[in-house]
Amino acid sequence: MADTTVTKTAEPVSSAAMRRQMLREFWFYFSENRGAVLGLIIFVALVIVAIFASLIAPHSPFEQYRDFALLPPAWAEGGNPSYLLGTDPVGRDILSRLIYGAQYSLFIGVFVTTLSLTGGIIVGLIAGYYRGWIDTVIMRLMDIILAFPSLLLALVLVAILGPSLTNGMIAIALTLQPHFVRLTRAAVMAEKSRDYVTAARLAGAGPIRLMFRTILPNCTAPLIVQATLSFSNAILDAAALGFLGMGAQPPAPEWGTMLAEAREFILRAWWVVTFPGVAILVTVLAINLMGDGLRDALDPKLKRS
Amino acid sequence: MFGFLLRRIAVLIPTFIGVSIIAFSFIRLLPGDPVALLSGERVMSPERHAQISAQLGMDRPLIVQYFDYLGGVLTGDFGSSIVSKKPILEQFWALFPATVELSFCAIVIAVALGIPAGVIAAIKRGSIFDQGLMGIALVGYSMPIFWWGLLLIILFSGTLQWFPVSGRISLMFFFPPVTGFMLIDSLLSGQKGAFASAISHLALPSIVLATIPLAVIARQTRSAMLEVLSEDYVRTARAKGLSPFRVVGIHALRNAMIPVITTIGLQIGVMLAGAILTETIFSWPGIGKWMVDSVFRRDYAVIQGGLLLIAAIIMFVNLIVDLLYGLINPRIRH
Repeated sequence: MADTTVTKTAEPVSSAAMRRQMLREFWFYFSENRGAVLGLIIFVALVIVAIFASLIAPHSPFEQYRDFALLPPAWAEGGNPSYLLGTDPVGRDILSRLIYGAQYSLFIGVFVTTLSLTGGIIVGLIAGYYRGWIDTVIMRLMDIILAFPSLLLALVLVAILGPSLTNGMIAIALTLQPHFVRLTRAAVMAEKSRDYVTAARLAGAGPIRLMFRTILPNCTAPLIVQATLSFSNAILDAAALGFLGMGAQPPAPEWGTMLAEAREFILRAWWVVTFPGVAILVTVLAINLMGDGLRDALDPKLKRS
Repeated sequence: MFGFLLRRIAVLIPTFIGVSIIAFSFIRLLPGDPVALLSGERVMSPERHAQISAQLGMDRPLIVQYFDYLGGVLTGDFGSSIVSKKPILEQFWALFPATVELSFCAIVIAVALGIPAGVIAAIKRGSIFDQGLMGIALVGYSMPIFWWGLLLIILFSGTLQWFPVSGRISLMFFFPPVTGFMLIDSLLSGQKGAFASAISHLALPSIVLATIPLAVIARQTRSAMLEVLSEDYVRTARAKGLSPFRVVGIHALRNAMIPVITTIGLQIGVMLAGAILTETIFSWPGIGKWMVDSVFRRDYAVIQGGLLLIAAIIMFVNLIVDLLYGLINPRIRH
């Protein structure tokens, strides 16, 4: 028994095998959290719905069936089975609009998270690596962004840039970025004084290599957790901007924009308001469930329960 | 403690200057001519343009304009609204109590429900109770509150007709604002039913605004309690034979509250953002709705002033939270 252990450790472990081992370990902890698995399933289902929207959706999201305006859902009195979740005030099929809306929400999440994550990592690496006055200037700038409520800042930025989904996404990415900067900076400062970094520097690694190849891979766990949080925040904030008329513009089937269009009908037709909100809630909830699971699996230090 | 206070304020000064630069640049970053935007006149002759430009002081170098603006802000002059021509600070003070009243009720709801929920979940860790409460908390945390508000309106204002849809008090009542807080003013007015009307108008908006802070506080309390409950001194207290109520309520809770207080403080910034949506849905005449309306009216002077005032409030609240934190947890002061 002892022999086998010795021979095993004596063999050099390939990085591919190690990565597989890490993935297996990650999945072990992640799958222990039932909520996280549920979130993952819902999320994957949403991605599939978004990709195959044109195949799944029973109607076009823009076609206005004027004869069938404000039709209740199929199971309610007066419903039509062809319009499963009913129609909106101009006769568009709500289910089809929700299905196409999944494309918007997922795209918003991916775009905003990528933008704020890359921006935040680069700025945070520079601040944490160089310290000194660069660090002070960067951190004060981040304090300034954090002094504004994110939605207010996004609203004002959109007022400057003009109301559109792209401008809304840029604005939201800017307001989410300071969190990544802070996390990266803190992690870099902790890692920088470690022996392996000193060794890499003595071996002749330049600052760019040190920052991105040596230090960054050891700071990823909190960044991944924060990225899932940003993903759900981005979807919520973009929907809120759409709801205020400052995000995606009608007739785009974005869920927040759909709610804005439906607002005046709330007391007459509950379904035009209910379903887009359920879609937002379920999506955000699924991502947050995954985020909790990721936190537990990736970072035992952050483990809350 | 005094040194700690000074250090905190010293950090705030550059942030405040940065915030004021952002507010100052805002109008100048907008597409279009700032003179035309601020005067509200779309078409004007070159002479008129020069005249207004001189009137607004916009013909001077930018740096002079900035210091002039900063000087105005520090002496309480935030300029005037383009639409109503009223001074911005005056409008702000007229609307601010409505937002404070709403936020205060929301934070009371969030703390009163969130802390017990978190404590119970921590004590009954892993039980159905814990899972149920934390499941609800995660739903609350993921809630698009603008939709949540609409749902509550459909149910409680539409179907059940328990609560009114919008406003701060029924139109039946009229009295001059004394404090600006409707709950106090309605009591002072002595009119029968006024206070009840104010409460029923406040109910739905405060529930909506409380939702996310409530969820965050419950989650934070639970994790702080779990951490504290596994400490040695809690075991000692148990071993001494103290009642479970005393152990949890006195020994554990007081230490668990330290991170929770920070969370509560941070939620105030979140609430001001939430107020933008909540006030819009319920037509609540506070600063959140004021900002949204100003964006739609293109009242850039108000947006500029409001931006600076709101940021200043958040910075002030964060300062207070920091100080409180230093007071309860002396280790942080250094």
